Amino acid sequence: MNTRVNDPMLPRSFRVQRVRRETYDTFSLELKPARGNGGIKFSPGQFNMLYVFGTGEVPISISGDPLNPQKLIHTTRMVGPVTQAMGRLKKDDIIGVRGPFGSHWPIELAEGKDVVIVAGGIGLPPLRPAIYYLLKNRDKYNKVILLYGARTKDEILYPRELEQWRSRFDLDVHVTVDRGTGDWRGNVGVVTTLIPKAPFDHTNTIAFVCGPEVMFRFTVIELLKRALPHDCIYVSMERNMKCGVGLCGHCQFGTTFICKDGPVFRFDHIKDLLEKQEI
Amino acid sequence: MENIEKLIAEHAFFKGLDPKYLKLLAKCATIEQFDAEDVIYREGKPAKGFYLVLQGRIGKEVNVPHRGPITVQTIEEGGVAGWCWLVPPHNNCFTARAYEKTKTVAMDGECVREKCLEDQQLGYEFYKRFTNVIIAQLQATKLQLMDIYAVQS
Repeated sequence: MNTRVNDPMLPRSFRVQRVRRETYDTFSLELKPARGNGGIKFSPGQFNMLYVFGTGEVPISISGDPLNPQKLIHTTRMVGPVTQAMGRLKKDDIIGVRGPFGSHWPIELAEGKDVVIVAGGIGLPPLRPAIYYLLKNRDKYNKVILLYGARTKDEILYPRELEQWRSRFDLDVHVTVDRGTGDWRGNVGVVTTLIPKAPFDHTNTIAFVCGPEVMFRFTVIELLKRALPHDCIYVSMERNMKCGVGLCGHCQFGTTFICKDGPVFRFDHIKDLLEKQEI
Repeated sequence: MENIEKLIAEHAFFKGLDPKYLKLLAKCATIEQFDAEDVIYREGKPAKGFYLVLQGRIGKEVNVPHRGPITVQTIEEGGVAGWCWLVPPHNNCFTARAYEKTKTVAMDGECVREKCLEDQQLGYEFYKRFTNVIIAQLQATKLQLMDIYAVQS
């Protein structure tokens, strides 16, 4: 019996199909299995451990289409040695992939409701698979609203896709930047300023929030002001994930492990932990 | 002609205000429309009053030498532009520019100040509403200052 086939600690080899520069420090990797046709089936919000051989392994959320698992896409920012090495990969290079790991956005629970997606900065990639899914199953949902905040115009991720989404009649897209420079004539202000005007019905809405922790804390405050209940808000957490299966303890967050119990949490399940400065 | 009292009554800033005060404040109000790129008021110049945005978008800009104008905030439908008329020396703190065709109700600051002095209940109500606007903008500014999307070291 080959026990290694399903070993979550064993990376599979994937070949780089394309490296796409998104912003000055952000890029997307498009990967395909190096052998065979078995892609990685995943749910929106899950992440993989990507292993740059000889350098190291990092957790990166999956940002492609969950209904097209053959094309595995990860968008990340160059912040440390591993992601910098990843940014230097070229077509046909090999990378190790373990996963998918973690919890996912509650797309089934959102059926029949308004869905408000709030993304800040590099928080958009983990939400993109959910957007793809919602759009492909559009008739199952009421209003779908995307609120996205970036630092500047040049740091807006997926601008062409955002334009396509904005041109649809069944998706409300609002983008804002923290600093309006040059010829930018769109919204200026933090993403939380978009929430008071977002056209959702608080009695029948679910919110997916992803971004820096400080951003989602203030986002939650604004959503609560709109009378959205705590248990209708989901956030994606980020910590130092290593093993991906809750064994090593690097990403322990109180009584939970971000890699295994998260990264997507219902807000009321972690609210008390977020209030503890020691954690 | 549009009923200006109705327009200000429907604006979020004056929501729930006693109708007798709406009547009084309507005497200080005029409708002003701007085309895209029109300057509504300029930084450092006397602040004549404030604007209730009915449609469109206004950018608040600061001119930075060698870099040009930087937009620090935009105000859309339901928002309020201008608060420097409230306190001496009554000069504009920013430049406000219409970023698209914009319709506003312009409130004459001197007229509003007089009404508030004459009826201090109105004055209290008015300053309370402006305090909410200022707090919301201050909160947003604090988050902007934190530069939350920057790479954390």
